Amino acid sequence: MSGPALEARGLVRQFGALLATGNVSFALEPGARQALIGPNGAGKTTLINLLTGVIRPTEGRVFLQGRDVTAFSASERVRLGLSRTFQINQLFPHLTPIESLGLAISERNRSGADFWRVAGTRPAIVAEIEDLLTRFGLEAEMDQPTHTLPYGKQRLLEIALALATRPRVLLLDEPAAGVPEEERQDILAALAALPSDVAILLIEHDMDLVFTFATRISVLVAGRLLTEGKPEDIAKDERVRAVYLGEDGHG
Amino acid sequence: MLTILFDGVAYGMLLFVLASGLSVTLGLMNFINLAHGAFAMVGGYVTALMMDRLGAPFLLTLPVAFLVPALLGVVLERTLYRRLYGASPLDQVLFTIGLVLMAMPIADFLLGNEAHQVNLPAWLSGSLSVYGVGISRYRLFIVAVCGVIAAALQLFLVRTRFGAQLRAAVDDARVANGLGIDVDRIFAVAFAVGSGLAGLGGALAADVVGGIDPSFPVKFLVTFLIVVTVGGSNGILGALFGALLLGVLDVAGKYYIPSIGAFIVYAVMVVTLIVRPQGLFARGDGR
Amino acid sequence: MSAETTRRIEAHLGRRARWRISEIVFWLALLAVIFAFPSRAALINEILVAGLFALSLDLILGLAGIVSLGQAAFLGVGAYAAAILASWDQADPTLGLAAGALAAAVVGFATAPLLLRGADLTRLMVTLGVSLLLGELANRNGWLTGGADGLEFSMGKVLGRFPIGFTGQRNAALYSFAVLFVLFALARRLRQSPFGLALAAIRENRLRAGALGIATSWRIVAIYAVSAAYAGAAGALLAQTTQIVSLDLFDFHRSADVMLMLIIGGAGWLYGGIIGAGVFIVLRDVISAATPEYWEFWIGLLLVVLVMVGRDRLQEYVRRAASRVALRLARDAA
Ligand SMILES: Nc1ncnc2c1ncn2[C@@H]1O[C@H](COP(=O)(O)OP(=O)(O)OP(=O)(O)O)[C@@H](O)[C@H]1O
Ligand SMILES: [Mg+2]
Repeated sequence: MSGPALEARGLVRQFGALLATGNVSFALEPGARQALIGPNGAGKTTLINLLTGVIRPTEGRVFLQGRDVTAFSASERVRLGLSRTFQINQLFPHLTPIESLGLAISERNRSGADFWRVAGTRPAIVAEIEDLLTRFGLEAEMDQPTHTLPYGKQRLLEIALALATRPRVLLLDEPAAGVPEEERQDILAALAALPSDVAILLIEHDMDLVFTFATRISVLVAGRLLTEGKPEDIAKDERVRAVYLGEDGHG
Repeated sequence: MLTILFDGVAYGMLLFVLASGLSVTLGLMNFINLAHGAFAMVGGYVTALMMDRLGAPFLLTLPVAFLVPALLGVVLERTLYRRLYGASPLDQVLFTIGLVLMAMPIADFLLGNEAHQVNLPAWLSGSLSVYGVGISRYRLFIVAVCGVIAAALQLFLVRTRFGAQLRAAVDDARVANGLGIDVDRIFAVAFAVGSGLAGLGGALAADVVGGIDPSFPVKFLVTFLIVVTVGGSNGILGALFGALLLGVLDVAGKYYIPSIGAFIVYAVMVVTLIVRPQGLFARGDGR
Repeated sequence: MSAETTRRIEAHLGRRARWRISEIVFWLALLAVIFAFPSRAALINEILVAGLFALSLDLILGLAGIVSLGQAAFLGVGAYAAAILASWDQADPTLGLAAGALAAAVVGFATAPLLLRGADLTRLMVTLGVSLLLGELANRNGWLTGGADGLEFSMGKVLGRFPIGFTGQRNAALYSFAVLFVLFALARRLRQSPFGLALAAIRENRLRAGALGIATSWRIVAIYAVSAAYAGAAGALLAQTTQIVSLDLFDFHRSADVMLMLIIGGAGWLYGGIIGAGVFIVLRDVISAATPEYWEFWIGLLLVVLVMVGRDRLQEYVRRAASRVALRLARDAA
């Protein structure tokens, strides 16, 4: 497929008088490694919510692999290959990682509405659960209720769950936020190991992480795209320094 | 025609006073208090018993019918209700159903299961004719009293510091506490006022509904809920309009098309919930 | 990949699929009770039917986390469907049972979309409103439902062989037992399935469930229709085994009672409804034998205490006590 994997055209979202997203247009190429940065409250999470269909835009359209999905629900977009993680963990506290992953995989296989077969009796699904658990280093706690997992492991499960839907486009909302230093490496390794054909948009405040990961960076300020470009250009951009890098102390 | 309209308005006003307390606890404080009718029952009994056993004049009993349930409300709020403010709706439902189930046998045990009548004084019985329209004196009285209560309540919640503090406390109890608002006291007072109003409503309603008996809390529970649902639970005016609408619809419906009876009221409720889950008269999109 | 991990994953996912000894004992004991107390067959039947009704509520409340104050709507629809069919001389109980479940499922399916918007409070009100509306509808259409007089009818024999009228109260209890067991086993299976897992996900975190591609709305509609069918089956059983129907089937107190039963036994593990129904009805029977007017007081007190102490803790206790009793019975029998 040619053309962008995910495209936004003129997205606007208003919360009462507050303009959270102001006419944002941007595109994510297949296999892209792009970062979205911006100060707190810039509207990054809101943009992801708009792209994934959690909230509706006041104006503008969203295209997934060239298809207009603006009217589609969040779950329909997931089935078309658009997946995400959440800035604040959104997990199933009393389900185990095995159950959570099995659920996501069954759903992708279209066997999620199967009400007769006992879960776990399809070898292909079990194999895939195991694969994801190993890739994200979750075997040790795979049968423990999610709410008992250490925070870093929960962040990893967030990513594993998103990946279990086999996305073409993956939106990561601050995956390393709040993870203690000792567990941070696991997250970085997991990010580095993500499949290269999946287009990824990474929201992150940690500039080291952004600059190692991304080949392209978009800067969002007060709901509007300030600029977009290669990491080295962004690092040099005076305006970006002024609103963002300066206060972060980087560069 | 006008008589029916007036009866409907009077009935609606009565519903309003009965349900306004609920729109304080349910609407403002987000507490699903299915035991609301029990407080109304207490108020009704107070008036009936005071007139019956002590020979007290009707008007004098009304303040007492407010105070007794209000006090009871404070006691229950301090001891039990307050533990459930943050609890799930299901827990609140179960707890308050439990209270209702306890209240009815207690009333039955103490006062027997036959209805206690409130005998209206002479100056409130009968009807007078205004421009050829027959209007019952008692209904006129109800409209007047309930109108005053509605106005007072609206002023109380919108104009006074207390109203603002209550809204702040409901929005975020911790922040409100930080601002120096005594959240515990605010909630207790709000709950007391709500329970007191229920009691007053019960006292006023006794004559219209044919006396107070132990089944009162469940008989009217559904009606209260419908009023609050239709009116929208985040304001007094919403509850007032909702109550008036239902009162008129109910009375007119039963008169003109008796074959569908209560159907209209239930249908209005369900349709409201579909079209505007926050209630017909709620401002904006609620919470 | 290690074979050991694979095996553990399979075992973990299927851990609740095998019938445990305590469960088998539970069902055998229930069956034994029917034979041991023939004079109380009517009461036992009432418990079994109420247990099925409470199970129907557990399907939405326990599995999917949807609160309802209007489950009586489906009890009423199922009961009337079976009764009306019988009054038209279609007296075969199995047919009536199927008709009751189907009619209720259709109503459930049609009203489920009302549950999709709004929070718990809205759902409580919508379900309550629908049940009141249906009750009023039944009241106003006396040509079909008999109105306030109810309907009278006679039932045929179950499978053409076992009479279930006043002469066959034990048969009635056995019939209810069989229906309850089959529907329970189906529900148990559903709970283990990917569908059941998806319901748990919707209950725990609807936002994330949607983000995994689960069409949450359709799943809710589906389980609501299934739950309605179960309640409808309970209604049909009730109509067939008591051979009367009346408008109070739609009453608010039915919806409230069934919720109490489920909560007493604990929601979410499917046995709670049956155990709760047993406790509730036996308690009512015992207390009202002593003080007929005041038994509600004790149920109310129980509820208040239950909520104050914490449902989870009490539920855990009931669950452990139940399986301990079952195991003891098994050992004694062996
Ligand atoms: N549901 C909502 N209702 C009202 N305002 C909202 C809502 N969601 C977000 N906002 C507002 O929109 C603005 C953008 O918020 P958003 O969460 O998108 O920022 P962000 O860039 O993700 O910030 P952070 O870096 O802190 O995560 C903020 O001012 C926020 O308060
Ligand atoms: Mg954010």
